[in-house]
Amino acid sequence: MYAVRRWSVRHARGLEIFYQGFERAFVALHPLWKAIGYERLEKPVAVVEKAVKGLLFDCQMCGQCALSSTGMSCSMNCPKTLRNGPCGGVRADGHCEVKPEMRCVWVEAYAGSQRMVAGKEAIKVVQFAVDGRLKGKSSWLKVAREKNVQGEP
Amino acid sequence: MRFDDEPVPGYPLPILPGHTSPGRLERVLRSGAFAITAEMEPPDSANPEDVYRRARVFDGYADAINATDGSGANCHMSSLAVCALLTRVGYAPVMQISCRDKNRIAIQGDILGGAAMGVCNMLCLSGDGVQTGDHPQAKPVFDLDCMSLLEIGRDMRDQHRFQSGRKVTFAPRVFFGAAANPFVQPFDWRAQRLAKKVAAGAQFIQTQYCYDMPRLRSYMQQVEDLGLLDKVFILVGVGPMRSAKVAEWMRSNVPGVHIPDAVIKRMAGAEKPAAEGRKICTEIMQEVKEIKGVAGVHIMAYRQEDAVPEMVQNSGVLQGRVPWYPGRDGADAELHYTPAPTVPAAPQAA
Repeated sequence: MYAVRRWSVRHARGLEIFYQGFERAFVALHPLWKAIGYERLEKPVAVVEKAVKGLLFDCQMCGQCALSSTGMSCSMNCPKTLRNGPCGGVRADGHCEVKPEMRCVWVEAYAGSQRMVAGKEAIKVVQFAVDGRLKGKSSWLKVAREKNVQGEP
Repeated sequence: MRFDDEPVPGYPLPILPGHTSPGRLERVLRSGAFAITAEMEPPDSANPEDVYRRARVFDGYADAINATDGSGANCHMSSLAVCALLTRVGYAPVMQISCRDKNRIAIQGDILGGAAMGVCNMLCLSGDGVQTGDHPQAKPVFDLDCMSLLEIGRDMRDQHRFQSGRKVTFAPRVFFGAAANPFVQPFDWRAQRLAKKVAAGAQFIQTQYCYDMPRLRSYMQQVEDLGLLDKVFILVGVGPMRSAKVAEWMRSNVPGVHIPDAVIKRMAGAEKPAAEGRKICTEIMQEVKEIKGVAGVHIMAYRQEDAVPEMVQNSGVLQGRVPWYPGRDGADAELHYTPAPTVPAAPQAA
């Protein structure tokens, strides 16, 4: 929802702290996820993730969440799905060139990032092209799996 | 400016040490000369002569010609084809690549194909939204954004590989550029975003229309503070407006164009608005040349391309330099100039 999405950007710092704790816990539960099976978890977790992030950010389930690098403004809501900042078409009032009734996702992202700690630097890093195969999949499980694979000998 | 190894049209120049392309634009910029690029409106026709006619307008006044890629989301001859026609006779085109209409498979193919046809400069753009053009019902692609496009192009050139990792057997030797718009929100972030583009591989920048000098100056200061001035060549976008009404229309209808009230007022008060528009454009060229870090201008004289020679001449920014064009160096070069094949006129629709 648009109003909630904008609330999330205004509270980017709080959400950043919350997510950092959440991620730590979720990654730590790797043995449990592994025991149940990541494949089996994919569907139910994706449903929960979609419900939560859908409400907070209008999440589009790209499956490779970058909210921590985008000031808690979901860049997949940009009509051009830009992953690295605003295009040159931002209106004088800070609204989107394609959807004039909507604030530019990246104007919001910049404002959000300035409230964050890690997010302030993260927004400066170039994000790579979206992997179309991950659409609809859980970003949380991806993070848990990747962080543990990296950690394993 | 004359290089002792001026090209045989269609054949690449040798790549100088420290250069990435065999192109003339990179040479001019790296030599420290004030460069001029000009935007050509691609024809709505399949007649190559329409391309050559539009290019000839800039003869002696532009170092490179931008071939737009469905700009404003309107359908025209493709930028790849326009560029391929231009390189045949020796022009240095800037091939614009928009992420709006093609996915990464098609775009990487175009980078190889363009380079194979002698295109040395490519401008990586996100692209306008489809809603602004003549086919608003089209599917927007946006598989990449300008930033990932730059990275992919750079890796094809420097790492000799596609995004998939598969090897490219002969790398495209391209000078990569990107766009920047210092004149829209969020202002504080615009220079930072330029830094991102440079990190992704941008070697030159062409900006959106500049009518607001104070804004440009503060942007350039920020760019300097970020230490970018020796990493990227910045060409400031300029263009003449025909009347106050057109300026007003552009401001409210063309995404990303910012025109201060003072400029519109000056246009409205002018006796001959079109001449005043050209005068403003000429003055802006002169002013930006004095700004530290500005390497040239990018002229977008939409539907006023004929005015480019006069404006460049009056501005004096070339300081007597004559950019290469087919036939510039006399009969010898003329020998290599292949006139465009004559094509019979297309049948007119009844």
